[in-house]
Amino acid sequence: MSEPRLFVIGATHHNAPLEVRERLVLESESALRGDLAAVPGLLELAVLCTCNRVEFYGVGTDEGALDHVQSAYCARQNFDPAEFERIRIRLTGREAALHLFEVASGLDSQLVGENEIFGQVKEAYAAAQACGTAGAVLNRVFQKAFQAAKHVRTHTGIASGRVSVANVAVELAANIFGSLAGARVLILGTGEIGEGTARAFKSRGAADLAVAGRTPERAAELATGLGAATVHFDERDSRLADFDIVVCSTAAPAAVLSAAAIARAMRARPARPLLVIDLALPRDVEASAGDLQNVFLYNLDDLAKIAEANRAAREDEIARCRALLAERADGLWGSVQRHLASGPAPHPGTGAAGQATAP
Amino acid sequence: MFADLSDRQWLWCAAGFYTAGLILGTVSLLRGQRTSGVLIYGAIVAGYILQNVGLAIRGHATGGCPLGNRFEIFQFTAWSAITLYVAVGVTFRSSVLGYFTSCLGAALTILSLSIPSWDAVRRTHIFGGNPWIELHAALAIFSYGVFGLLALTSGLFLLRHFSLKSKRLGGWFSFLPSILDLDHIEVRLLGAGVALLTLALAFGTVYWSRDTATVNHAKLVATLAVWAASAAALGLRAMGRLLARRFAWACLALFAAALLSLKAVDDSRHPATAEAQERGAP
Repeated sequence: MSEPRLFVIGATHHNAPLEVRERLVLESESALRGDLAAVPGLLELAVLCTCNRVEFYGVGTDEGALDHVQSAYCARQNFDPAEFERIRIRLTGREAALHLFEVASGLDSQLVGENEIFGQVKEAYAAAQACGTAGAVLNRVFQKAFQAAKHVRTHTGIASGRVSVANVAVELAANIFGSLAGARVLILGTGEIGEGTARAFKSRGAADLAVAGRTPERAAELATGLGAATVHFDERDSRLADFDIVVCSTAAPAAVLSAAAIARAMRARPARPLLVIDLALPRDVEASAGDLQNVFLYNLDDLAKIAEANRAAREDEIARCRALLAERADGLWGSVQRHLASGPAPHPGTGAAGQATAP
Repeated sequence: MFADLSDRQWLWCAAGFYTAGLILGTVSLLRGQRTSGVLIYGAIVAGYILQNVGLAIRGHATGGCPLGNRFEIFQFTAWSAITLYVAVGVTFRSSVLGYFTSCLGAALTILSLSIPSWDAVRRTHIFGGNPWIELHAALAIFSYGVFGLLALTSGLFLLRHFSLKSKRLGGWFSFLPSILDLDHIEVRLLGAGVALLTLALAFGTVYWSRDTATVNHAKLVATLAVWAASAAALGLRAMGRLLARRFAWACLALFAAALLSLKAVDDSRHPATAEAQERGAP
């Protein structure tokens, strides 16, 4: 009889483009779990399903368990097994553990260093625990993966800096105002990028938001969605002094905020800085406004450059992170091998080791 | 073993800890990592405790607050800035400020310890047993320490301002506090400095008004100029006339002026009335 093995099988954004990943998304995880209950030799299982990956982490009595998981999944998704063979990842042993470490750390993410995946891995593990399909090996591997992820996020620059325009804008505001709780934000224009930025501000604690748009109905609709007030577009100059942050994203053919209007507003509030974020093309704000005292003007290119620099800085950290994670994976794998060699404990509810599990 | 240490040896140890904070911060910054606030704060507190011991020994020997020569004045100025940082620095939530404070502490203490001539003449009982004059001098030099911390904060403000205007937010600049927080801290420190210096001058005026002959004119003009400049900066800031970068530069200039005025203060010691103790270079 062969030795039980840790494995991961699945598909990720690396090999599966968006239109393929759409077909890979699990419609019903519980139904699949029902299918996998009949897989012979499957001892433990956790399912990680996000918009960028579907992965099955498990422990099987032999290589055949992996084939069975793959077949059951393709059958459930009505996905061509041959196509899945071409895009899949299939790793065992230490490499499978290392892969989980890299996934949890955000190293394998489309947006390197992003934090959301950590929560998604935690949810996948919690679901496996709730279903009773996480045993001694997966428990250890996932716990160590969480520790490793926290370690690299704390001790490397993999998660430093914001990498999306909206988050860079919010970070920028924090560099000026510190806490955003007391900052007053005016959203000028109802464009998608402006709305996204407004939501990012709201999620970081900005509570005093107002929307001014050239189309009052659309502005009112956006304001309602954001829980914000509305300002008449024609009053934008006269009301400018009331705000600390102005996010512009109109589709106007010419500037809608002049340097003179901003200078007038600053005379009414000289000691308080004003952050103007111009996300519009063509630009909404006269460039010379950036020369005014206490005015910080950033346009779309500026934010994109900062995001790109942060992204490059993260990329530079990947090799260092991989080395740290590999070291930890080696340590973990030694202990897991000893555990597997001594024979895995029977899965709860399955009777003895080697019998079919009910994941 | 420790009982045998002289005041200068204790002060050298203190300078060593301030320098350790400086090195820790510099290494972290060169590696592009956030400086450890706890480690730097620990180094500063350790240095501060040792400096207290050194100054206490010196104060015991001189029979009062140790402000009798340029060495002692620089040591007391550093002690004042660090006292304020140790007391309220944590609320600034900025490990970078801790780093800059350790830089200031190291610079002032090592500079004063490295120039033997500054400590060649030790004057004792310079306040003639008058506690009001001693309080006047201590408050005045303490306010200079506050101006020192203000200068550090202003330096951070200028760096943050540069990073925001030049659109460089990554690397070292990402560790700086927000520009609004720095501005608020600047105003509070300047207010505290002006209040302390005003009190110091008030105590001095009460004493000197009884005996104007003892007033050293150069010292009087220098300290009044520092006081007037700092009060003017605070007033202009309150009126919205001196803001942002200009305000930060003004605060830096104030500290430079305060340090320059120390020469007039030091030169004002009246050799005839003080019990001068000539000693060789330590």
